[in-house]
Amino acid sequence: MDMPVKKPKLGIKERYAFLTRDLGWEPTYQPKDKIYPYTRYEGIKIHDWDKWEDPFRLTMDAYWKYQAEKERKFYAIIDAHAQNNGHLNITDARYLTALKLFLQAISPGEYAAHKGFARIGREFEGVGTQVACQMQSLDEIRHAQTQIHAISNYNKYYNGFHAFAQQRDRIWYTSVPRSFFDDAMSGGPFEFITAIGFAFEYVLTNLLFVPFMSGAAYNGDMATVTFGFSAQSDEARHMTLGLECIKFMLEQDPDNLPIVQKWLDKWFWRGLRILTLVGAMMDYMLPKRVMSWKEAWQIYGVENGGALFRDLARYGVRVPKGWDIANESADHVSHQLMLGLYQWSFGTSFHAWIPSDEDMDWLSAKYPDTFDRYYRPRWDHIRKLAEAGTPYQNVGLAQLCNVCQLPAVFTEPGDPTRHSHRQTEHEGEIYHFCSDGCRDIFLDEPEKYVQSWLPMPQLFNAPNFGDVGKWMEWVGLVPGQDNGDYQGSQDQADFEAWKHQASAT
Amino acid sequence: MSTVFIAFQANEDTRPIIEAIMADNPHAEVEDQPAMVKVSAPDKLTINKATVEEVIGREFDLQEMHINLITLSGHVDEDDEYFTLSWNS
Repeated sequence: MDMPVKKPKLGIKERYAFLTRDLGWEPTYQPKDKIYPYTRYEGIKIHDWDKWEDPFRLTMDAYWKYQAEKERKFYAIIDAHAQNNGHLNITDARYLTALKLFLQAISPGEYAAHKGFARIGREFEGVGTQVACQMQSLDEIRHAQTQIHAISNYNKYYNGFHAFAQQRDRIWYTSVPRSFFDDAMSGGPFEFITAIGFAFEYVLTNLLFVPFMSGAAYNGDMATVTFGFSAQSDEARHMTLGLECIKFMLEQDPDNLPIVQKWLDKWFWRGLRILTLVGAMMDYMLPKRVMSWKEAWQIYGVENGGALFRDLARYGVRVPKGWDIANESADHVSHQLMLGLYQWSFGTSFHAWIPSDEDMDWLSAKYPDTFDRYYRPRWDHIRKLAEAGTPYQNVGLAQLCNVCQLPAVFTEPGDPTRHSHRQTEHEGEIYHFCSDGCRDIFLDEPEKYVQSWLPMPQLFNAPNFGDVGKWMEWVGLVPGQDNGDYQGSQDQADFEAWKHQASAT
Repeated sequence: MSTVFIAFQANEDTRPIIEAIMADNPHAEVEDQPAMVKVSAPDKLTINKATVEEVIGREFDLQEMHINLITLSGHVDEDDEYFTLSWNS
């Protein structure tokens, strides 16, 4: 950070005013509602766009300067990682499952966010909003690119990284984040910024990036720590933009409150479902763990989210629907999803494994009320099957939720022994859901969700027609090489051999 | 009471920022985590440009911290001289 600091000729607030507000002008050829036709149909009423305040007051010139500095730092480390066999410094190659999942599920989401913010930067009519959305759009494409660059070093040595873009469109579990972003992008500009800027960035992003990056650091993955921190350095700005947008809508007109609350309810629930993937990653995929999903939820969900909603109560906003269920489910969801990922691991682009005794003891300690009672017995049973040479594979197709698109593996609130499943009939067709939260989202906009692209029906469509082998090829998977149990995999054998070679010299 | 917090990458650029925060916010708590450092405080936390400058012995633009920022919580109020996080509740 050895940049020379010149005495600013203007104060930060004046500079911000000149470089944002002063760039806007009153149109004369066309009326404003023709230039900005999308800011009214969602029902949000804005009376004065100049009331929009970006508290960071970052101007475009300063933005380029700091982003350039971040890029230089990032690529210096990525080069060093590639030049020094950085891939051998990770704790062990099980860790790569977390990274594969990130590349397939999260990086395409960054790109989607880039497109979304570029669009709403054009659609919003306030200049402050336009500038902030433009910066975020640039940030998001930078995140997608730096993540792909960083992780490409692992693709030189390990399986499962090679077809992430194809898998983003075709494989089953990636449709979870993909449908999340498609849902947001097919909403109007205010719903999009509430979904991504507020519900995802402000309420949930800490749960994704902070434990993930700490986990990467703890497991020796210098490349991921670097892209993670480089991306995360933009997140504080994104979170602030999301919060600002919520406050702006609520302050502009009291009629906006019920619309905003409905979006908060919806997007909190959708975001929470996506984060189940992160929960499984934190509790099961890191050879050395930083904290449990439940602990992370306590810090960033309960405490931080609680502070936020106590603060927003002055506008009449309440905690999102499903908040209590989220608190209760923090004891269960990571185990439920990981059991699912294990039994369907013949159809994933990453490896799964049965937790060791040591892993299970850690899980018992972190989940004293639930792990030994509900989940350890299932893992023990699965282990017995594997030891008998008949490893458990669930060759039936998972029942996917029509909204979040996760397999419906969750249990009823208040009863972890009962499977949660909801269904509803709409125009003669039956639709399935994992929870009340997802069903309610469907019922509010059935015309939207009847169009959901669902990966399981796709197996029976052209060009696969139910042929699993063909489907593997179509999604870019080499069976037994890219997927299945980590024990006995090529990744395991290669990592151990190279590691041995590196230390034997 | 609600907690505000700010987290930075753990490095030589942020060490003096943390030091300045602790000097100006005696009620704040520092927590070291792998590769990052998180400072939390009840309701309010302020970073003063003058204090950071005193620690590092050169001029400092508060926006420099964007490079090493990881996350924060609370409403932001930024000016040339200070950067504040707070909850209104």
